[in-house]
Amino acid sequence: MSIKLEHVNYIYSPGTAYEIHALKDICLELKDGEFVGLIGHTGSGKSTLVQHLNGLVKATEGRIYFHGEDIYGADYDMRRLRSKVGLVFQYPEHQLFEVDVLSDVCFGPKNQGLSAEEAQERAKAALAMVGLGEEFYYQSPFELSGGQKRRAAIAGVLAMEPEILVLDEPTAGLDPKGRDEILNQIQKLHQEKGISIVLVSHSMEDVARYVQRIIVMNQGEVLFDDVPREVFCHYKELEQVGLAAPQVTYILHALREKGFFVDENATTIEEARDTILDALRSGRQA
Amino acid sequence: MVQAQGLVYEYKKYDEEGRETEVTRAVDQVTFGIQKGDFVAILGHNGSGKSTLAKHMNAILTPTGGTMWVDGRDTREEDKLWEIRQRAGMVFQNPDNQIIGTIVEEDVGFGPENMGVPTKEIWERVEESLKAVNMLKYRHHSPNKLSGGQKQRVAIAGVVAMHPQCIVLDEPTAMLDPNGRKEVIRAVRALNQVEEITVILITHYMEEVIYADKVLVMDQGRVVMEGTPREIFSQVEKLKSYRLDVPQATLLAYELKRAGIDLPDGILTREELVEALCQSN
Repeated sequence: MSIKLEHVNYIYSPGTAYEIHALKDICLELKDGEFVGLIGHTGSGKSTLVQHLNGLVKATEGRIYFHGEDIYGADYDMRRLRSKVGLVFQYPEHQLFEVDVLSDVCFGPKNQGLSAEEAQERAKAALAMVGLGEEFYYQSPFELSGGQKRRAAIAGVLAMEPEILVLDEPTAGLDPKGRDEILNQIQKLHQEKGISIVLVSHSMEDVARYVQRIIVMNQGEVLFDDVPREVFCHYKELEQVGLAAPQVTYILHALREKGFFVDENATTIEEARDTILDALRSGRQA
Repeated sequence: MVQAQGLVYEYKKYDEEGRETEVTRAVDQVTFGIQKGDFVAILGHNGSGKSTLAKHMNAILTPTGGTMWVDGRDTREEDKLWEIRQRAGMVFQNPDNQIIGTIVEEDVGFGPENMGVPTKEIWERVEESLKAVNMLKYRHHSPNKLSGGQKQRVAIAGVVAMHPQCIVLDEPTAMLDPNGRKEVIRAVRALNQVEEITVILITHYMEEVIYADKVLVMDQGRVVMEGTPREIFSQVEKLKSYRLDVPQATLLAYELKRAGIDLPDGILTREELVEALCQSN
């Protein structure tokens, strides 16, 4: 029960002057129920990679298996794959188009061949999952706030009941509270519904706070693939590839240099607070 | 440089017969003054009126009540429009929507060319603006091959080439990766400090605000807080009530203080926090 990529290569415009080797020999397994963060600078291949996961882009070379089945197999049902792997693009609210929120969210399940009633049921459940109640059903999606629009758009993908939800920078352009709301909803979906999540993000703080595993992309290759605290140990290498560690990592490293006995691999505010308190209280110096 | 007095802006909705059905007040009685050479940051949640306010600063919108002056010119006077837009340039969130040229230097030259600047001077301006944002070595490149941060700096150079006295940047880093954000903020600070251009920066990234001379916080169309970054960010609870945040170093200091550690108010940077902890130990 997973997505498995074996030696996946992708080349844009092969054989032309614009040829770009966007993915180089990627081998990865995304397991059922994981919450994975995907980070990398602009152009590192993140978006190309996630578009492979539901077959939007076909690998130039290599194989992808979903639940053990080869998705490039001759009789593989690509439509089914796309309803199992939900992809939320950047700025998904630009894809809202219906007259009201409920009809917009119904669009996906209707296209899956469900009846109008079933589609509505799914849509209502999906809207509840993202925290949009009945009062939003008949509002125009264009009159919602930025954060609400984004949640309505995510509901549109959730209504198709995917097993894996891939979100490409779901919080870009949102205010801090809106960002927290979206990420908390996603975490809830992961915990309560058991949906696997792949979160593409430019915010190291968000990734440190929410995900269980981080995949770092650089120039089409996987640079690191580990739990957050291990990945952020490599903060110097991350900087070299245009990324960074969470702010607290730098603070802890600086404190360590000054002789504080802190755990410099803590990645969240809470962890940092606790290790600093421990260090201060025990009065121990490194 | 930029001054608002009782500024009001109302979005109106009409039904099919053209009757007014709804009025939304996006900016509500805002009064402030921004001095020449200032670096001012505007914070506020989505829908708080920041962008509507920013659009008044180069007369994309004109007030429905009150007055906005840019370098002493009332933005409602249509014959001043040209002068106002030359004085206050605007940079938006998405660099792809702002770049029109097929070569970087042509894109940057578009503004001054439109203003009727002589050709020789256009080239001088293109060179100095690209230098100011550290993009001169890309002058012969195609913009669509650049990274987000590079594109955004080209967009900024395009504004700088028009020799504005003031640049308004509306979430210029929202779509960029950490490196791109750093590059853009570095370029913006250099414009402010070296070229002495007045900067008005709208952002959701609290870390970008700590270098500002002054911060305005907006909520429901009003300016609800005004002060230096240190004054603003020492009010963690109040900011949270406006759906905002504080820089990570400030948040960590706040958490440590709540746990009983004696730290001064208004810590903004990593270095300040480390310093303060060393002293308290």
